[in-house]
This record gives sequence, structure tokens and C-alpha cells, in this order.
Amino acid sequence: MPEATFLDANELVINMGPQHPATHGVLRVKLRLDGERVLGTECIIGYLHRGVEKIAENRTYAQFTPYVDRMDYCAAVTNGMGYVEAVEKLLGVEIPPRAQYTRMILAELQRIASHLIWLGTHALDIGAMTPVFYTFREREEVLKIFEEYCGARLTTHAFRIGGLQYDLYDGFERNVVKFCDYFLPKIDEYEQLLTKNRIWIRRTRNIGILSAEDAIALGVTGPVLRGSGVKWDIRKAQPYEAYDKVEFDVPVGEHGDTYDRYLVRMAEMRQSVRIIRQCVERLGPGPIFGKVGKVIKPPAGEVYHSIEAPKGELGYYVVSDGTVNPYRVRVRPPSLLNLQALDKMARGHLIADVVAIIGTIDIVLGEVDR
Amino acid sequence: MAESAFKFVTATPLLLALIKILIVFAVVSGIVAYLVYMERKVLAFMQARLGPMRVGPWGLLQPVADGLKLLLKEDIIPAGADEWLFLLAPAISIFAAFTVFAAIPFAGNFFVTDINIGLLFILGVSSLGIYGIILGGWSSNSHYPLLGALRSAAQLVSYEVAAGMALVGVLLISNSLSMVDIVNRQFGMGVWNVFLQPLAFIIYLIAAVAETNRNPFDLPEAESELTAGFHTEYSGFRFALYFMAEYTNMVVVSCIAVTLFLGGWLRPFANFAALDFLKFTPIVAFLGAAVFVLWLGLKSSIALDRYFFMVLAAGCVVLAILVAYPPVLSAIQGIFWFGAKVLAFLYAFIWYRATFPRYRYDQLMDVGCRWMIPLALANLIVTAVGRYFWLSHHVATTVTWLGR
Repeated sequence: MPEATFLDANELVINMGPQHPATHGVLRVKLRLDGERVLGTECIIGYLHRGVEKIAENRTYAQFTPYVDRMDYCAAVTNGMGYVEAVEKLLGVEIPPRAQYTRMILAELQRIASHLIWLGTHALDIGAMTPVFYTFREREEVLKIFEEYCGARLTTHAFRIGGLQYDLYDGFERNVVKFCDYFLPKIDEYEQLLTKNRIWIRRTRNIGILSAEDAIALGVTGPVLRGSGVKWDIRKAQPYEAYDKVEFDVPVGEHGDTYDRYLVRMAEMRQSVRIIRQCVERLGPGPIFGKVGKVIKPPAGEVYHSIEAPKGELGYYVVSDGTVNPYRVRVRPPSLLNLQALDKMARGHLIADVVAIIGTIDIVLGEVDR
Repeated sequence: MAESAFKFVTATPLLLALIKILIVFAVVSGIVAYLVYMERKVLAFMQARLGPMRVGPWGLLQPVADGLKLLLKEDIIPAGADEWLFLLAPAISIFAAFTVFAAIPFAGNFFVTDINIGLLFILGVSSLGIYGIILGGWSSNSHYPLLGALRSAAQLVSYEVAAGMALVGVLLISNSLSMVDIVNRQFGMGVWNVFLQPLAFIIYLIAAVAETNRNPFDLPEAESELTAGFHTEYSGFRFALYFMAEYTNMVVVSCIAVTLFLGGWLRPFANFAALDFLKFTPIVAFLGAAVFVLWLGLKSSIALDRYFFMVLAAGCVVLAILVAYPPVLSAIQGIFWFGAKVLAFLYAFIWYRATFPRYRYDQLMDVGCRWMIPLALANLIVTAVGRYFWLSHHVATTVTWLGR
């Protein structure tokens, strides 16, 4: 197990976290070090475990929806979307187009918000302290739209099984388009600060390389997988809502290093804006609710439904025994599976790179531990 | 009475020196405290936020509040720490940072002392400060401080070499190690050293940022990697000492850079009588400050702040009138220009922090050892050769030698 160390120096074991500024919450990483070189990492998780999946068994289907928002609290909208869609699949309900497009707009806005948090904190970890303030300024605009729509900013509980919680407010379209126009130049601003910055490139190029084979073998999804050059996006591969009706590209990286993952996420934000614009154009009047009974009682059976959350494939496996409570809800959180790639990526790098790699995986511990 | 006291002071060199030391110490401490405030404000301005606003009008009393808070905090010594070294280490850092000011000429007529090896003294003493960091990190008996201390040791050593060699270029031109002579020499030549030694200036600038552990070279205290680096285990006023030492060092390297490269207390184009009107800049600066402060005050919605800023603006106007009085104007010329240049440097330091990501440890050493030191060496050789031919009698000797 212990590899030969340089000059037979003693191995140093360091605990990074659970209280550490760069572990994005309560991740604890045990680092085995030779000087500053990483010989191995071990993630110790579970500090934020709340038993969300078990709670589901004691709640009705509708009652459980707010809980899923609290898993990935940086992307509550997509979390809720995955769950309600899974239940809808179980029920076999059709969703009216207005609700579909609204869901897509909010989900893509959420993707932008989530990526903005990633960008800010990732840059902060690498030592650039300014981007985080800029990204939070723009994220605020997204949250304002959420707030005006459903009253909540973070844990939105925006959707209901069968459709939407509320119809859109007057001026929603205008606000969304205004945000798109405002946001695109801001991406250029971030890129000006980072993309061609020599220090940024030196800190991210060839750091945490994950080959396509390794990425697939580890079950990594989302931008981390696409950064490794695998063109896999569930919005394209298994379209849900109306993603097959809008045009967008799936950006992929070449080398699978931290810089590529950075570029992929930046490009994804632009694509999200593109999707949002198309959805706003198609957002016609109509009902916002499908045919769902007052009491949600799906027939006995099971379903697995996954969506492309900002961080990767977010899957819900829901088993129904024909009662009002789900028999079992199992969540496949993207952060948990992506985190498994940390050891592979960090080995042989320096401590400073571990911080960059944790940042590039973009984990949310609420989702890892559930 | 006052006259005899003045005579007594000027006749007693020791007392005079003591008074000067006190003035410099007090002023530098104040500047350092407000440098932290300035950093927070400038960073805030660059990052679309306000910065300290609560303690006093526009947060102007923030440094006082911070100092008091740290003074009142418990001084924790971690279990297993080497107690004496742990207590001593911050004192070494702050001592080294402040002692340097003894040899810095703030103006042609105001400096604590001018020793003929001034630059050597400054470099030597400021290098001592690293002991504070290493000992502090080591004696804490904790992993992160140890790593931080090791990093800073390596960093300081490699960048000190580059910085030192960059400065030797200036010495060759100036023919002196005395800080006052170096400035006078620039006056005599009619050109600042930065134009004769641009490469050395850039190398020193980069090395200075590295030596003060500032972004993008702030590895010893990289908070996202090492929590707080070498001072992780420190609390209370000992932490404040480290903190002050860092900011004092910023002022120190700025002072050295200004003295050696930017003509110290000389005003721009000091030799051109045609540009003599530049000597009125202090008046304009104070009036400008008054207008700015007044504008801030009028913008504020808090009545107390408005009054405060009006008083401050009035103060600036009074100062402007005071410096308009010719003897005062000529007396403060040196201090004013020196201060303005140092301030520009400090602003640049803060600007870097807002802009750059952090280098990684090995990349930092790479830049230092593979680029800075060779470049500094090359600069040194070119300067030395140029200097040799510059002196005409050398040229004459060479010509004779060649003709032989």
C-alpha cells in the first residue's frame, strides 16, 4: 500500500476538512503526502447525511417534493424537476407545453446559477478572489427571477407533480430575455479575467487529467465527463421535457484536464442562454397542469428517470407499491459519483492542485451525503 | 522657552534621533493600519461592493476597531508548541519590518539616519523577518503552519537572490550604498534609475511581491490550501503582529523601490526649471481630496456622515491653504512626492490581489529560479560592462590597450 517516498521521508497524513475553506462544505479528505506531493486521497463523507431517501418513505409523493430541493441546494430547481418527472413517468401523465417550456427556462437558469457558483468558488480556491463577486452579482439576477416566480430564492419548490406550482407572473418573459441580454457580455468579462490568464492556465492545464475511459469506468457524468471528451448529455441522449425541440450544442473538452472542464462549463452557460431564448419564444398560453388527481396514487411499479442536472446525471429510482407513499426512493446524485474520481485525478499532484481538483469536480455536499 | 527647547533638541543628537524614531514609528504604524483599510476599500471598489461601512463614517474607524478586538482576544498557545519560540516569532517579524525604516530617506531633509551601507542594512534586516515566519510555523506544532513556513522559507530565499541581484545593477550606477546618495545621484544624472535599469525594476517589482507574500505569490498563507498558513495557530495580538508585519513589509519594499528606482523624494523632472510649476501639485492634491470628500459626503444619506465629511473637506482645504504658504510648500515637497510614489506602489499591490490567481508552489520556484535569477544575472553583467565603458578613462584605457 505505501509507495516508496522521495529520500524515504516520512509520509505526512493531513486532514483536509471537514472544516476547511476549500472543501465546499463538510467534505473531509485524508491526504497522504510526501512533502507537498499527494500520494493518495481518501474521502470521508456523511457529515451532512439527513436520510432524505428514508424520509421519502414516510411522506406522500407530493409531500416529498420540497425535500429534494435540499439535496443540491445550489441547483434546487433541477433537483425538483428530476423528482416530479420521475413521479409523472410513474403516473403516465402528459405535461402541457407551457409547463414544459417554463420548466426548461427555470432549469437552464438554474444551470447558469449553479455554474456561476462553481466558477466563483473554483477561481477563489485557485486564488483569484474577484470573480466570485462578479458571479454572485449575476446569480443574484437569476435568483430574483426565481423569487418573483415562486417566492423562494434557494430552495424553490418551483414545480408540482403534473405541472407547475404557479402560472408565470406578468413580465416573466421580459425579465428572462433581459437577463439573457445582460448575462452574455458578463461571460466575456469572466473569460477576460481567466481564460487567457497565464497563471490560470498554468494552474489548470494538465491538472487532474481524467481520460475518457477512466471517466466512463468511474461513472462520472456531466461537465466532468464532457471535459474528458465524451459527448454525453442526457438532454440530447434521452430527451425529457421538450429538449428534443430546441437547438443547442454539447461542448466537449479534449484533454480532460481542469482547464477543459472550465471551458466546457463556460460554453455550457452560453448554450443555456441559447436554450432559454428558444424556450421563451415558444412559450405560448395554455394550461400549466396535466391530468393528475388530487391524491397522487401511482400504480404499483418502479421507474428510473434521470435528467442532466448542472453537475451531471441526476437520477431518481422510485418504487411504488400502489399506496400514497413511495415504497422506496433512491437518488443517484451526480456529485457523489463525480467525487469518486478525486483520487484518480489528484494522485501525483501537489496540495494546491487538490484544491483546484475539488473545485473542478463541483461538488455540493448536501447532495453527496443526502 | 520654545526656542531654547528647540536648541537643546538639535544640540543633542541622541534626543533628536529618538524624536525622529518616534515620529517615524507612529506615522508608519498609522499608515499600516490605514493601509489595511485602504486595501479593503480598493478591493471592494474593484469587486462591486462597499467594503467596511459600519464603524465610523465610511468605516474609517475600522482599523481602530480591529486593533482593539485583537488586543482583547485570548492569546492562545497550542498544546505541544515550543512556547518561547512561539511567543518570540511574531516579535521577530514585526521588529525586522519596522527597523528597516531607520535607513529609509523619506525626504532629503528627513530620515532617521543615513548610513553608508544603508541598502545592505535594509536588505539584511528585512531578511531577518523570515525567521519570524519559519519559527512561528515550526513552533506551532501543527501541520498546516509547518507547510506554510517551509513554503515561505523556500520562496523568500529564491526571490531574495533575484531581488538582490536586481538591486546590484542600481548600485553599480549609483556608486553608493547610501540611500540618500542613491537619490542624489539620480538627481545629478537627471534621470531616474528606472529608465536606466528597466529590467531590474521589473524583476525587483515581482520579487518584492513574492517577498511580502502577496498575491499572486501568497502561498505561505494560501487560505484555500493551508487554511491560514504559518499563522494558523496564532490568535489575538500575536496574530495582529504578523498581520502588521506583512503590511509593513509592503510599505518597506515600496519605499525601497521608490528610493532606488523612482527617484525617492524627487519630483518628476526635478532638473527642469521649466516644469517648476509641478511644485504646486500638493495644493492641487489637497484641493482635489477636499472635492472628493465633499462629493462622498453629499452622496451619503446619513446626516452624521454628511457633517463628518464636510469637516474633513474643510480640513483638506485648510491643509491646502497651509501648504500654499511658500516655506511650508518647499518643506513638504520631498515627503509629498515620496508618499505619492509609495502610495502608487501600494495601490498596485492591492490591484494585483484583485486580479491574479495564485501560483502553485513549484511554479513559483520555477519562475523564480529559471527566469528571475538568470535575467537578473544577465542584467547585472550588461550593466557592469556598460558601466565599465561609461567611465571615459576606462574607455581611454581600453583604447590604449587595444592599440598596443
